[in-house]
Amino acid sequence: MSETVESVSALIIQKLLANPKVPRDIDGNCKIMEDLAFDSLAVMNFVMEVEDSLDVSIPLDKLADIRTINDLAACIVALKNKG
Amino acid sequence: MTSLFSKFEGTAGALGSVVAVGGRNPFAVVIEKPVSSTVGIIEGRETLLFGTNNYLGLSQSKNAIRAAQEAAAACGVGTTGSRIANGTQSLHRQLEKDIAAFFGRRDAMVFSTGYQANLGIISTLAGKGDHLFLDADSHASIYDGSRLSAAEVIRFRHNDPDNLYKRLKRMDGTPGAKLIVVEGIYSMTGNVAPIAEFVAVKKETGAYLLVDEAHSFGVLGENGRGAAEADGVEADVDFIVGTFSKSLGTVGGYCVSDHPELEFVRLNCRPYMFTASLPPEVIAATTAALGDMQAHPELRKQLMANAQQLHAGFVDIGLNASKQATPVIAVTLETAEEAIPMWNRLLELGVYVNLSLPPATPDSRPLLRCSVMATHTPEQIAQAIAIFRQAAAEVGVSPAATAA
Repeated sequence: MSETVESVSALIIQKLLANPKVPRDIDGNCKIMEDLAFDSLAVMNFVMEVEDSLDVSIPLDKLADIRTINDLAACIVALKNKG
Repeated sequence: MTSLFSKFEGTAGALGSVVAVGGRNPFAVVIEKPVSSTVGIIEGRETLLFGTNNYLGLSQSKNAIRAAQEAAAACGVGTTGSRIANGTQSLHRQLEKDIAAFFGRRDAMVFSTGYQANLGIISTLAGKGDHLFLDADSHASIYDGSRLSAAEVIRFRHNDPDNLYKRLKRMDGTPGAKLIVVEGIYSMTGNVAPIAEFVAVKKETGAYLLVDEAHSFGVLGENGRGAAEADGVEADVDFIVGTFSKSLGTVGGYCVSDHPELEFVRLNCRPYMFTASLPPEVIAATTAALGDMQAHPELRKQLMANAQQLHAGFVDIGLNASKQATPVIAVTLETAEEAIPMWNRLLELGVYVNLSLPPATPDSRPLLRCSVMATHTPEQIAQAIAIFRQAAAEVGVSPAATAA
């Protein structure tokens, strides 16, 4: 089954909502650091959870360009299609 | 005009609240005078040092002090140059030979700091098209080395060889060399890496392995060669990086390897080439301290006994201490609101430890990071435990923090 940006984004949001500190009204356009108040380490640790769920590794340099949940989803879909 | 300094507003706010909660800046402690390896004068008071990484107490080695004095008198106080220009004296080459011989390796490179050793080796070995695999809890010098490198950087779960294996397998068939980077003992938590399991992963996937033994050199293994020696897998570790600024009590970094190409790494390694080499007195003191370390294996036994005493004491008084008893023992607290007053109270009562606040800690909880020395006496350790108990009671460390 191939993932789409929408399906990956939905999965990311579902994972984020499992954390009670995350605001309830997030969507794909939310900025991960600014809107969710994640520090740099929290972002990297969260990304690792998503990586393990979707069986993908996101190189750290790609992470630098990611601002929103949809950016992260698009990056994962691109990496999976490349693989 | 945009201010250059607006990016520091977050730091200013965070530091302001740390000082407001505790009354002093924990990152501006001054040791007014070292009295011995284990005691320093801080704020005019004799204070037990439990946060200096001086594992064998060799910063105060008589042999090293004498060697430094003699080297300064004979050679001057600086080299004024890079290792690849005028900055290599006989002392530097001799220390490289001694370090290589100590590890039973073909060659060694000596850097001006341990930070530069990681920065230089990682950035030089892993080039464009290569892949770096870093343990998630790696030291800043490893992350910075990976940023200076043109390689792709993948992070794997801390101390988790299976997670590393999965990530390497995902790259099957991808061109480029692969370099795995792990540490022997992790500096914040004292966790020991399962090096033998990492070696198995490296062999199965055709990767190279670098182990940073900064905190395990002089500490683990029958001869103090670190976690790889303790696991009996040194021959399968391609590169060992370390520092002189912990067990040997001086400053400087090194890399040892059997790969003959280390000679060419020297000529491509910017943090090695574009900085001045260590001054003769530091090199001479380091050589002498290495001699002390080899002549006194009992220091290592005492160190581990001391680590066990402190660790057992923390567990006994209900603190959430590191899983393993190594010379790095972290006490995890639940909130900064507890950790900051606790750290301040410890200092007022006469114990210096390191305060580590998120995001500089692995799991977003604050740590009181302690390091043990071979030269601590059982009485000093007992006193430190008693002071921890008093400070925890006075501050009211929450029961959640005491559930290990």
